[in-house]
Parts: sequence; C-alpha cells; structure tokens
Amino acid sequence: MNTFLYNFQLPDERVDGLDKVTGKARYTAEHQIPNMAYAVFICSTITKGSVKKIDTTNALNIPGALDVLHHENCPAVPGYKPSAFPDLKNVGEWRGMKVFADNKIRFNGQPIALAIAETIESANEVAKMVEIEYEAEPHETDFHALRKEPSKLKNGSSYTRGKSQAYKEAPFYVEAEYNVPIEVHNPMEMHATIAHWETTDSILLYDKTQGPKATQSAVARLFGLPDKNVRIIAENVGGAFGSALRSWPNVPAAVIAAKKINRPVKLVLTRPQMFTLVGYRPQAWQKLGVGADANGNLLGITHHAISNTSRYEDFREGIVDASKFLYRCENVDTDYKLLPLDLSTPTWMRGPGEATGCFALECSLDDLAFKLKMDPIEFRIKNFTEIQQETKLPWSAINIKDCYQKGAELIGWKNRKPTPMSLKDKDWYVGYGMGVGVFGAGRGTSTVRAVLHADGKLLLESAVSDMGSGTATAMVKVASNAMKLPEDKIKFVMGDSDLPPGPMQGGSTTTSTLGSGVHLVCESLKDLLKDLAIESTDAFKTIAKDKITVENNRVFITDNSSVAVSVRELLDKKKVPSIEIIKTSPGLNTREIQKATNSFSVHFVKVHVHSKTGEVQLKHVVTTGDAGKIISPQTARSQMLGGAVGGIGMALTEEVKIDHATGKISNASLGSYIVPRHTMIPHIDVWFTDKPDPYINAIGAKGLGEIAIIGFAAAVSNAVFNATGKRVRDLPITKEKILTAKA
Amino acid sequence: MMHCYLMSSRRSFIRKAIGFTAISVGASILTDAHPIDAFIPAPIPKQKVLLTINGKQMELMVDIRSTVLDLLREQLGMTGTKKGCAMGDCGACMIHVNGNRTNACLTLAVYNDGNKITTIEGLSKADALHPMQAAFLKHDSFQCGYCTSGQIMSAVACLKEGKATNRDAIKEYMKRNICRCGSYQNIVDAIEEVKKSGAAI
Repeated sequence: MNTFLYNFQLPDERVDGLDKVTGKARYTAEHQIPNMAYAVFICSTITKGSVKKIDTTNALNIPGALDVLHHENCPAVPGYKPSAFPDLKNVGEWRGMKVFADNKIRFNGQPIALAIAETIESANEVAKMVEIEYEAEPHETDFHALRKEPSKLKNGSSYTRGKSQAYKEAPFYVEAEYNVPIEVHNPMEMHATIAHWETTDSILLYDKTQGPKATQSAVARLFGLPDKNVRIIAENVGGAFGSALRSWPNVPAAVIAAKKINRPVKLVLTRPQMFTLVGYRPQAWQKLGVGADANGNLLGITHHAISNTSRYEDFREGIVDASKFLYRCENVDTDYKLLPLDLSTPTWMRGPGEATGCFALECSLDDLAFKLKMDPIEFRIKNFTEIQQETKLPWSAINIKDCYQKGAELIGWKNRKPTPMSLKDKDWYVGYGMGVGVFGAGRGTSTVRAVLHADGKLLLESAVSDMGSGTATAMVKVASNAMKLPEDKIKFVMGDSDLPPGPMQGGSTTTSTLGSGVHLVCESLKDLLKDLAIESTDAFKTIAKDKITVENNRVFITDNSSVAVSVRELLDKKKVPSIEIIKTSPGLNTREIQKATNSFSVHFVKVHVHSKTGEVQLKHVVTTGDAGKIISPQTARSQMLGGAVGGIGMALTEEVKIDHATGKISNASLGSYIVPRHTMIPHIDVWFTDKPDPYINAIGAKGLGEIAIIGFAAAVSNAVFNATGKRVRDLPITKEKILTAKA
Repeated sequence: MMHCYLMSSRRSFIRKAIGFTAISVGASILTDAHPIDAFIPAPIPKQKVLLTINGKQMELMVDIRSTVLDLLREQLGMTGTKKGCAMGDCGACMIHVNGNRTNACLTLAVYNDGNKITTIEGLSKADALHPMQAAFLKHDSFQCGYCTSGQIMSAVACLKEGKATNRDAIKEYMKRNICRCGSYQNIVDAIEEVKKSGAAI
C-alpha cells in the first residue's frame, strides 16, 4: 500500500501550450532537411488481384520528377526476407504489409508505387501520370453477408465460467444482436515520415509515432541495423488515438525511397489514404444474452462476437472481455471469432475492444433493467462486485459507486421517467441514459534521466511521444511534487529515441508507467542530494538520511530546517555544474500484489429526440471517471471531454461505408465521414473520483484515455430508448434507424 | 482540376499556357540503369506574385500549382498553418486573406497576387499573445494542438465579423473547424471570454 501526499491545483497551462497557440509547435511533416524530395503514394483502384504492368514513362517526364518506386524496381529490403540476409545481426521480419515487395493487391487503396519529385506539386502530378494495368480477382468485403458463413470465420476463442447460455433459464432475460461499423481514428495531423540516411548505415527519421523506441526497433530490424543507428524524432504528434501505435507502409516506403534516390524523402499521407493505410476500429457483430432473477441478480451473460481483420494479418481485441469480469455473475460464456476480408488491417482505436463490447453489454443491461422495472443504476449497483469476476482477484481500487451517485446528481437523473415517451419538450421526446466503461490499468517499464543544474533547474528526459494527452505537463507535476520544486523550474524533454527508453503511449498507461519513472528518478535524486550533504557538509555528517528533507533545491535537517544547504552549494563543493541520474522503474507485477487493476467510467447523457423526424440532439453530458489520483486536472478533464466527443461520434455519426461492388470506401474524407463538430456538442460536465489507487504505482494514478469513450455510445442508445421506446443496436444511431426501429 | 489536360498534348499545353520551353528529357536517362545524379530536373512552371504576409511584403516566384497552404508550409517554412485534409473539410489551414477567413488549401498562390495574408504567426505582436491565443491557453482549448492555429484564426474572424453573439452562434460559425481531440467546449469558452472581455482584436 502506498500513501499519498500529492496536492494539485487548477488551473494550469500545458507546458507545450504556448508553442501550440502560436503555431511554433512542430509536427512530423514540418521538419525540413536540405535537398529533401517529396513523395506521394499511388494506390490501387482495385480491391484484389495483381499489378500486371506499371508504365512510368509519362510520369517521369513531369518537370521535377525524380523516380517512381514500385515492386519491380524496389531495392532488396532485409526485413522483407530476413533469411536472405544471414550476415545482418539485427534483421527481423517486417510486421504487416511489405509495401512494394510484390505485385499482389490485398485491398482497395493499397500503395503500389511511390511518386518522388522535387516538390509536392510535382510529386502529386507524377502520381497522377503513372499508368497501371491490373489483373482483378473477385473480392470479399461484405462483413454482414460473410459473417453468417461459418467457413469464412477463423481463430475462435471461447470462455465459459459456470454454465453456458445460463441466461436463457433466468426468469427475466433479453437477447439481441449489435453492430458496430468500421470507424477511423482520423487524427487531424496526417501520418507522415521524413527519412534521411545520414550515412550508408544510419537513418534519421521524423515520424508520427506513439512510440519512438518501438519505431526505432522496427526500422532498425527492417534494415538489419543496430538500434543505435536509427534515430526517431516525434517532437509533437497531432493526435493519433491508436493509429500511431505501430509503423504502417509509409515508414518502409520513405526509408526505401531515401535509400534509392540517395536524398532525404518526405512522405505525407492524404486524408483519403488515412482511411485505408493506418488502421481503423474493426467492424463487429455481437450477440448478447443477459438474464436475471426478479430481484435483479444477474444469473447469466452470453456474449458472442465476430470482428473483421485483413487477409494478411490477424487483429484481435477485447470485445467480449468486460462481460467476463465487470458484474457479479456466476455463469458467463463468450465466443469471439475473426472474419478476414479484403481490407487493410484494423488496429487499436481509442477504447479498443471494450468500446465495442461495452456498447452491447451496457445496452443489454439497460434493456434487462427495463424488463425488470428497475432503475438502470440501481440494477448495476445490485450487481456491483469488489472482486474481478474472471480472475477472482479483488480490485486494487474501485469507486464506481461514487460515479453513479455524482453523475446522477449532475445530470438530473431524478427527472428521468422509467417509461419511454413520458417526457416531452414541445415536439421533442426527452430521455436520460447512462453507460459504464472499464479498461485495464497497467504499468510498464520506463527509464527516465534527471539532470539537476546548479541554478536549480531540473531537466527530465525520456523517449516517449505525446499525441495530445499532456504527458509533459503531467510529468512536470509529478516531479514538482516529488522535489517540492516550482513547475517552471522543471522541463520534460521527449519525442526522441536517443533519450532513455520510455514507453509506448497507448492503452491508457503513460501516466502510470512514466509517472512511476519520474517519481523514482526524483526520489533517487533526493537521496543523492542527501548523500552529498552528508558527505560534504559538517552539519549533516552525523545525521541519518531519514532525518533529512529535500525541498525546493534545499537540503535540510527535518527537525531543524535552519540547518540547510542549497543544491548550488552542494554542486559547487563537488565542483560540478550539474548532477545526472538515470533510473528504470519496473513494470507492475499483478501476481505480486494479487489485485486486479482497472479504471472505470460512468457516462450520463440527456437527449432530445424529435417525435416526427427522429433527429437526436444531445442536451447535456456528464462523464465521470474512476482512474485513481488525477495528476494533471486540467489535461485530464480535457481528455474526458475528448472521450465524450469521440463517443458522440461513435454513437451518432461515424461509419465507414464500403461499396461492395468495387470494394472501395465511398466516404473517405472528412466531408463525408462525419466526425463531431462544434454544433453537435452540448454542455459537458467532467467529474473524477480522484482517489489514489494504493497498489498500481507510487503516484496512485491510473489511465483514463480509454475509459473516456468506453460505454459512451451505450449511454446515448439508452437515452434514446428512454426518450422514445425505440432501441437502436446498430451504430451509428441515425434518425432513419430510430424511425424504423420497433418500439 | 488545376491541371487537367490531355496527356498527349501536355507539352504543347505547358508551352502555350505559361510560355516556357520544356527541356526535352530523354526517357533513357530516367531508367534504373542510370544513377540518379545524372538527372537534370526540367524547369517547373512558375509565376511572380506579390504577397503581404503578416505585414511583410514579399515578391515570390511560385509554382503555378502551389496552394497558399503549400507555399506557406513548404516554400516559406511557415508551418503554423496546418494541413489536415487539403480539401476544405477540416479548417486546420484557416488563414485571413484581406481580413476574410479562408481555407489556405483551397486557394492557389497565383490567385492571391496583391493580397494581404495573416497567419497564426502574425497574430501575436512581439512577445504579447493575441487575446485569443491567451484565452485558448487558459481554457486548455486544445490537446494535440494540430487544429489550434485554424481554430484560433476562425475564432478571431468570428469576433471580427460580429458573429459571437451567443454560444450557439459561435458554434455555428466555428463548425468549419474540426477538433478530433474534442476540445470544442473549451474553444467556445475561450471565444466567449474574449468576447466578454471586450479586448481589442
């Protein structure tokens, strides 16, 4: 168990805020290297088959054209066929599609060539002039038609606790099917890579990545180079939400191109390419059965799911997981299968798996509560448990009941009527709904370097990147509290793989993982300062270390603060300008603590649904999080606001549409794939339990990036049901679906 | 499209349209057998434009195909204006042209001869932040920061045009700017505060 002395106050500006409001913050594509060439992907217009012929004659006649890279002229890439390069020690097989390795077409929009030119204008024109002949084969992209054919499904995994399909024997039960379409991350900054071979065997890469160290390793293995020969810089990441958790075809393409033309190459994806080349939330079908006794005790949960993957990679996520462990229930069975389609590979998108699964689970619970004539919150509290049901381990901390209570109060739950169509405001039905989210809370390994200068400034460094959640801001706060040092004396530097290894920013673990590293290095620094004081100052010679305090760059005897020495004096005595220390904080061992670790959220929404048109308007949102101690209140609040906005998109508008005749995405733009805009956003209240988790780490903080969206779409569906009696189980919830749903 | 011409008559079109003589580049030297340094790039069609960017007059030879956005970002190194879609859908590239908010991705540089352009870099005076920038900072009106320049440029235009009469009107005006991190509420808070403060913009 840990004790906590942290004290944070609002409001606080982001440490990188000034750069962002003045336009000075630099993102990947904004770096310039002398003699840099521009590259543009040329993508397939068929969905399956092969490239028969590529004619680049006209393309290369465009003024400024430099080269067109494709499978016929692509240099040998060690990571594409490691066995052919036995002499290269660090070579490893490239994970994912090996761009330009062969002439096969695996999905519509697959890069088949790279136009390289002196300027972006010329590169775009070269791309248009390349002539390609294809040999098309029949493709399969229709998820709904194909998921019904058992022979098309693969890699099933199932789980049973107690009795299978037990819900059917319960006095009260509901069963229904749910559909979640393909959704795309669409961060505002498009994925980009600038590749520069600084020598024949060392690469400098500016890349949009959520993990500079992971990208470094991937690129080093691609070319069989030692990791230290590859440097990744990701100074600022303009959003990602999971899309930059792995390296996509733009990375090898830029690196290969730079090698081939012997010049630095900048490759930026276009917005339509963002729909096909950097992953997406997979399409999913689910069937949920939930049963309870008359008192509302859950007797059985059955959760089946199928999600799509590509033909060339399997992507699985935790769609059925929350059903296994979140609520007290002895009989649970799940089944999860993949359906490979002729599409690119999906990937983790904010709240991966759980956002899809909790949509179905939380709608089902709402339906069952309605059948039981119970309040949905009361029903959940009835089935609340402090024991994670799958592992049977107690949770390290769970304060979700506080979320139910506070959220209900803030949204005005008391005004909710259990019977649909009871509340009306002119032509609009009024409804209230809530939904629960849960996600794993972890802690990985992180290494942080601290350099304390004689002038009292503290520099902290780690090779993480930040996609906007406010990592540096939070880390400065952790250090400020540990060192009792004003925040403006602390600088956190990141976004460079040359720095000590930091974690991947994903899975809601950065604050926990990196915060532990910062905390550890600061504690070690204080220890070192105490040693220096004892070693070099007479007054401290006989004092035990635990009787000495370090605060605001002053070392003093705890019981007598007048006996003190400053950091400057200590460094002067040692004749050094600064002291440096590097510490590695280990990952969490859940076996050791014998606890289950999760973050929780409860979202509440009030909706208006037009009685004739079916239009949904959100009127108020309350989003509550139980994610341990909140380290950086302002940025944490913004993350919850963003999760709610993402949830609004998932609930009401976001859906990739595929024309199955061609296999092409028909709405690959921000004008036709509708993400939330200003006018869709009602007033949003954010509230945190803000109670430290005593087991997860020394700072008591858990992640909240995922729980911010998980369960949100269900809250909207539940509110629409409460307003109208119409249940929409296919996302997004459109007015057409509301009008045609059975009451 | 900005350069839609028949492939067969491409060269004659360029000659006629912009009056430059294309150097005939033999296809042979472009094949793989030849090292890349043997390639001499042919001239790129350019035209002179006079622009005033953030109060600074510039006479520039620009590629006739360059958008203002690419001119700013790639040629002038002014990367404060962002590219989020290059189709006018997202608002990340919002600038002011002669005082009007404009998608920099939708206007070619050569169409802006004589125009006054203001970008995010021209908003703050010396070391002092523009009141809108200060309000965005205070209200945490961004996360990743990539849409921020465009949001701020739109927000300033919203006030200048007298459209910030209430929260709904602000949202209506600002709906051309997407923030995928979802900082919308904090953006409207910032605009409302600047409006109420009566600060000179």
